[in-house]
Amino acid sequence: MALDKKGIAQRIAQELRDGWYVNLGIGIPTLVANYIPNGIEVEFQSENGVLGMGPFPFEGEEDADLINAGKQTITTMNGASFFDSATSFAMIRGQHVQLTVLGAMEVSEKGDIANWKIPGKMVKGMGGAMDLVASADNIIVAMIHSNRAGVSKLLKNCSLPLTGVACVKKVVTDLAVLEVKNGAFHLLERAPGVSVEEIQSKTEGSLIVNGEVPEMSL
Amino acid sequence: MNKVVDNVGVAVEGIKDNMTLMLGGFGLCGIPENSIAELVKIGVSGLTCISNNAGVDDFGLGLLLQNKQIKKMISSYVGENDEFERQMLSGELEVDLIPQGSLAERCRAGGAGIPAFYTPAGYGTEVAEGKEVRDFNGKPHILESALSADFAIVKAWKGDTEGNLVFKATARNFNPMMAMAGKITIAEVEVLVPAGELDPNEIHTPGIFVQRIFQGEGFEKRIEQRTTRSK
Repeated sequence: MALDKKGIAQRIAQELRDGWYVNLGIGIPTLVANYIPNGIEVEFQSENGVLGMGPFPFEGEEDADLINAGKQTITTMNGASFFDSATSFAMIRGQHVQLTVLGAMEVSEKGDIANWKIPGKMVKGMGGAMDLVASADNIIVAMIHSNRAGVSKLLKNCSLPLTGVACVKKVVTDLAVLEVKNGAFHLLERAPGVSVEEIQSKTEGSLIVNGEVPEMSL
Repeated sequence: MNKVVDNVGVAVEGIKDNMTLMLGGFGLCGIPENSIAELVKIGVSGLTCISNNAGVDDFGLGLLLQNKQIKKMISSYVGENDEFERQMLSGELEVDLIPQGSLAERCRAGGAGIPAFYTPAGYGTEVAEGKEVRDFNGKPHILESALSADFAIVKAWKGDTEGNLVFKATARNFNPMMAMAGKITIAEVEVLVPAGELDPNEIHTPGIFVQRIFQGEGFEKRIEQRTTRSK
């Protein structure tokens, strides 16, 4: 069965390593913070200027001056720090952040990503996404494999305006975990009960399947 | 040097039609509420506003948009504002969307006397169109130019009569760089104290970057996304 958004977040959380600084985008990526594996310490950066982001505040304890990049009220952990936007993107551009997880509308087999604009329809802006994808060494995209009309979002070429080129390393969808390298999606894992054939049929870009593909363990 | 002005009216004196303004804040967090309200009141128009976001329909820069006082917005994300989207899609409003880190660095560069810099952000996208591309360490970068403004308007938590500023939590965001990049920088603060009361070790923005400072009134500090957990 295909994973729900929580399942995708749970699978991505398995990619976290002890001692990493991590930037989580808006949407599914935010949920990753709920599934940090036991025995691992990571610190979350939010590009509006906080390192050591904690959970949402208890009701009545919200502080208008303390938000994340999604403009949600948050708290901080012990050891947190605040800084200005230029310093925040120095952390990102300077590759001091080990992992970036973000959502996408489309990803191509070359690792291109589109997630900021639908011409004539939706123009909200790229926010920090272009800086994040251009600089991060390790970028994981969290998304649903197909759009609402059933059209694949894992493509040969992105059709929407790009956010970044040849930057996505891994994609975790409701159906699969895929590595992006050498101009193709390499199928690493299947969601429980989802067949290779189904993943194949819902992936427009080149899909490489090597031998037996294991199911994700969640 | 005493930078204190009596009130918001005096603080924004000299802001005229068709000027370029920088306004601090991220979403509605750390925005100069009093100054924005005053700009609505005096009705200056044809403004170019450099600000990470454009407020929401009925607060922040959204108020200036409703009033058709803004000609051009230079921002990174404008998703929270229907009126903005309407004016942009109809062509009434000119919009320059810039990656957030490039926007921050362009303001910093403007204040720091650096005319331009190379960044990898936006390479291969429409942001790179018309910009010089150069490889460093085998990776392509694009040339981005500095930004400056006739007036920068920032919001701080505490300030002193010398114009030294201390920000609170994530309300710092773009305010320090914009303070550096304004030909005239106006700081509105929640608490204004005499020089000597703030610890020099803890100043975020030194007073040299601030020309006018005043204590704002009735900060609403609206929360855009109130997210909580249960006890």
